[in-house]
Amino acid sequence: MSAPLISLRRCCQRAAGLLVARRHWSSSSASPPSLVSRSLDFLAQRFYDVEALLNWKSRIGKDQLRKKNLYYGYTHKHYGPDIASAYYILNLGGGFRFVGQSEWFRADSRGKFNWDFLNYKDTPVEEVDMSHTIINYVGLSNLERQHLRTLKLQGCPEVDDWFLAGLHKFQDSLEELDISHCPRITVGGLAALRNLSHLKHLNVSSLPRISNPGLVIILLEEMLPQCQIRADGYDLSLPQAGREKSEERLEAER
Amino acid sequence: MCALRRLHRSVRTLRGSFTRGSLTCTAVTQWQPGRCGGLTFCQKLSTGGALRSDFLKDLGAQLAAAKKKAADSLPGSNWTPFEINPSLPPETADIVIVGGGVMGWSIAYWLKQKERFSKDMRVLVVERDPTYSQASTVLSAGGIRQQFSLLENIHLSLESADFMRNINEHLSVVNEDPVDLQFNQSGYLFLASEAVAHVMEQNYNTQRCAGAKVSLFSPQQVKEKFPWINTEGVALASYGLENEGWFDPWTLLNAFRRKAMSMGVIQCFGEVADFKHMKQVMMTKNGEQMERRTIKSVKVQMPNSLEYQPVDCALVVNAAGAFSGKLAELVGIGLDPKDSLAGFSVPVEPRKRYVYVVHCPDGPGLDSPFLIDYSGVYFRREGLGGNYICGVSPEEAEEPDTSNLEVDHQFFEDKVWPKLANRVPAFEELKVTSAWAGFYDYNTFDQNGIIGIHPLINNMYFATGFSGHGLQHSPAVGRAVAELILDGEFKTLDLSGLSFQRILMQEPMLERNIV
Ligand SMILES: Cc1cc2nc3c(=O)[nH]c(=O)nc-3n(C[C@H](O)[C@H](O)[C@H](O)COP(=O)(O)OP(=O)(O)OC[C@H]3O[C@@H](n4cnc5c(N)ncnc54)[C@H](O)[C@@H]3O)c2cc1C
Repeated sequence: MSAPLISLRRCCQRAAGLLVARRHWSSSSASPPSLVSRSLDFLAQRFYDVEALLNWKSRIGKDQLRKKNLYYGYTHKHYGPDIASAYYILNLGGGFRFVGQSEWFRADSRGKFNWDFLNYKDTPVEEVDMSHTIINYVGLSNLERQHLRTLKLQGCPEVDDWFLAGLHKFQDSLEELDISHCPRITVGGLAALRNLSHLKHLNVSSLPRISNPGLVIILLEEMLPQCQIRADGYDLSLPQAGREKSEERLEAER
Repeated sequence: MCALRRLHRSVRTLRGSFTRGSLTCTAVTQWQPGRCGGLTFCQKLSTGGALRSDFLKDLGAQLAAAKKKAADSLPGSNWTPFEINPSLPPETADIVIVGGGVMGWSIAYWLKQKERFSKDMRVLVVERDPTYSQASTVLSAGGIRQQFSLLENIHLSLESADFMRNINEHLSVVNEDPVDLQFNQSGYLFLASEAVAHVMEQNYNTQRCAGAKVSLFSPQQVKEKFPWINTEGVALASYGLENEGWFDPWTLLNAFRRKAMSMGVIQCFGEVADFKHMKQVMMTKNGEQMERRTIKSVKVQMPNSLEYQPVDCALVVNAAGAFSGKLAELVGIGLDPKDSLAGFSVPVEPRKRYVYVVHCPDGPGLDSPFLIDYSGVYFRREGLGGNYICGVSPEEAEEPDTSNLEVDHQFFEDKVWPKLANRVPAFEELKVTSAWAGFYDYNTFDQNGIIGIHPLINNMYFATGFSGHGLQHSPAVGRAVAELILDGEFKTLDLSGLSFQRILMQEPMLERNIV
C-alpha cells in the first residue's frame, strides 16, 4: 500500500472510531419531508382513518412488489429454469443475454418485450441487467439456477444487504457485479461479498448509505484482493482538522 | 377572565401614560382606590414598565395554556380532567408481561399483531429499569446464527432471520423512520477439532435439511478463504453463508417497543414485587399433595418510592430474563424441598459473562466473520475502526459471582487472549479498550429456552432460559408465545419440545455443540 493511502486509512480509521460510538444512522441524508407528508403525518397522528388509509397505501405498494417478485413456479415447471429466469427478468423490465449469444433481450420502456426468448429452451442466462428494477431478495430465487457471470443492479431500490448476502448462490460463477446507486446498501451487506471469490469487477459507486467511503473502499480492496473495485461519486477529500475536532468535541459531549 | 380584567386595566394605564405624561400617577390612582392599598399604589408607580411586560408575559402564558388545552382535547391526546400519577400502571390489564427486554416486547408486539381487529385487549409491559443497565438484551453480542444442532433452535433462527429481513414490514410505524438493524452479513465460522469434527458434520446435515445455508470447509479451504486464521488443530469448519451475522440489539428492542406501543401496548416502569395468588390443593396419584396456583393480581412497585399499584390481570408472562427464576419464587415456585413435585423450580439463574472490546489495527478487517473456536473463544468485528469484541464462557467450577456486573480483567489475560492469539496471530498485538459484563439467562437444566405454561401455575407463561441465544430468537419466540396464549397451541412453529414437560420428565434437550 502506498504511503498516501496508508495515511488516508489512518485518518479514516480515526473517523470510523468516532462513528462506531455513534451507532445510529443519522437520518440527515434523507431530504426533509415535504409539506404534504408533514400534514399527512399530523393528521395520521390524530385520526385513525387517515392512519388506516396511509397503511393501506403502503400495503398495496408492498403487495405489488411481492407479486412481481414471486417465484415463477409455473413457468419453471413447464418451460424449465432458464426460460423462467428469462421471463422473470423481462417481466420486471430488465435485460439479459443467453450463453453463446451476442444479442441482448430487453424490455422496452413500456415494459413490452420480444417473446423470441422462448426458442432458447435450456440455454442458461449468462449476463443479466436488472438496473432500475424492483428486484428484491425473493426475486433472486428466480435466478438461482443460473450460472451468472455478470449481474448489473444499478439503482435498484429494493436491493439491500440481505440481497447481497443471497448472492452467494452465484459464488462459483459471478465475475462482474454492479451495485452502484442502490439506496439501501450499507457496509453490513458489502461484507457478504467476501463469498464471491471469483469476482473480478465490482462497482460500488454512489452508495448513499456508506458513511465513510474512503475506509470502506480500502477494506473492500483488502477483502477482495483479486477484484477491481470501482467507486465513483464519493467525496474522498480528507476531513479538515477543524471539522474533525468539532466532531470529537461533539462526541465528548454526548 | 382574570386575565381579561387585568388587560383592561393595564390598557387604561398605558393610555394614561401616553396622553398625560407625568400626570399618570394620579390618573392611575383614581381607578384603583377600592381594590389596592396604598402600598400597591406605590409599587405600581415605580414599576410601570415591568407591569407592561408582566402583562405581555402573562398573556403569552395564558394563550399558551389555552392552546395546550385545546390541543389536549383534540382526538388522539390522552388528556383527562383528573390529575393522576401518569407513571402508575392501570388497575386492570388482560395480560401483564414482566420484563421489558427484547423477549417481553416481542411478545407484546405479537399479542397485538395477532388480535389486529380488536383493540380491546389490554397488554401491560412492566420493566423495572428504564435505562436497561442490567438487561441482557443490550449487553449481548448481538449475534444470530443457524448453526445449532436442535431443530427447534435452527427453525427459531431461520424464522427470526426472516423477520429481520422484512423488519420494516413488521415493525415500521407510519411516518416514522424505518428500522435499521445495522445487520452485518458476515456469517459465523465454527472451527472444530479432530475430536468433535463428526459432531459438526452431523449438525451440518441437520442444518442443511432444515434449510439453512451452511457450508463445510476443510482446513485448506479455511486457509484459502481466511488467510489470517491459524488452522493448527482445526479438522473441519462450518460457515454460514446467509442469515448469519450480528446486529444492534438496542435497535431491535426499540423497534419492538415503538411498534407495540403504537399498537396500544401500555408501558410501565416499576418492579413486580409480589403476586396475589389463589391456591388450589390437589392430590397426585401417589398421594402427594400439590398446590396449583392462579395469579389474581400483580403488585407493581414504583421506582424510588413507596407507591405501588396492584394490577388485576388474567395472565402473566414471565419474560424477566436472568431473573425469571426469582420472579417465579414470588409465586412460591421452587421454595419447597427439591425432590418433591411442588419443589419443582424454574431452573434459570443469572450467569455473568464478560465481553472485551479490543483494538487491533492489523486484525482481519471487513473480512472477519463471527468466529467460534472449539476452545470456546469467540470474536467478531465491531465497526470498521479495527475494533473487535471477544470473550469465552468460564468453566462451570469457576463461575464468577453474580451480585454485580464488574469485569474481571485478569480473566482476559488468562483465558481469552492466549487462545485468541493462537487462533488469529494478528491478535498477539492488541489493546483492550473497554469491557462489559452481562447476565446470561442461564438454564441450568439444559441451556435451552423454556417456552410455555408452568405446570404448577395456571396462568403464568414463560419465555426464558435462552442461555446466550435469546436475542436472536426473540422474534420467533414472541410469536410462539402469542400463539400459545391466543390460540392455545403453537401454530406456525411447533416448540412443544421446549416446554416445561421436559424438565418435569427429566429429559434434557441438549445442544450437541462443538464447544
Ligand atoms: C455477554 C452476552 C452475550 C450474548 N450474546 C448473544 C448473542 O450473540 N446472540 C443472542 O441471540 N443472544 C445473546 N445473549 C443472550 C441474550 O442477551 C438474552 O438471551 C436475551 O437478551 C434475553 O432477553 P430477555 O428479554 O429475556 O432478558 P433481558 O433483556 O434481561 O430483559 C429482562 C428484563 O426484565 C426486567 N426485570 C427482571 N425482573 C423484573 C421484575 N421483578 N419486575 C420488573 N422487571 C423485571 C429486567 O430489568 C430486564 O430489563 C448474550 C447475553 C450476554 C449476557
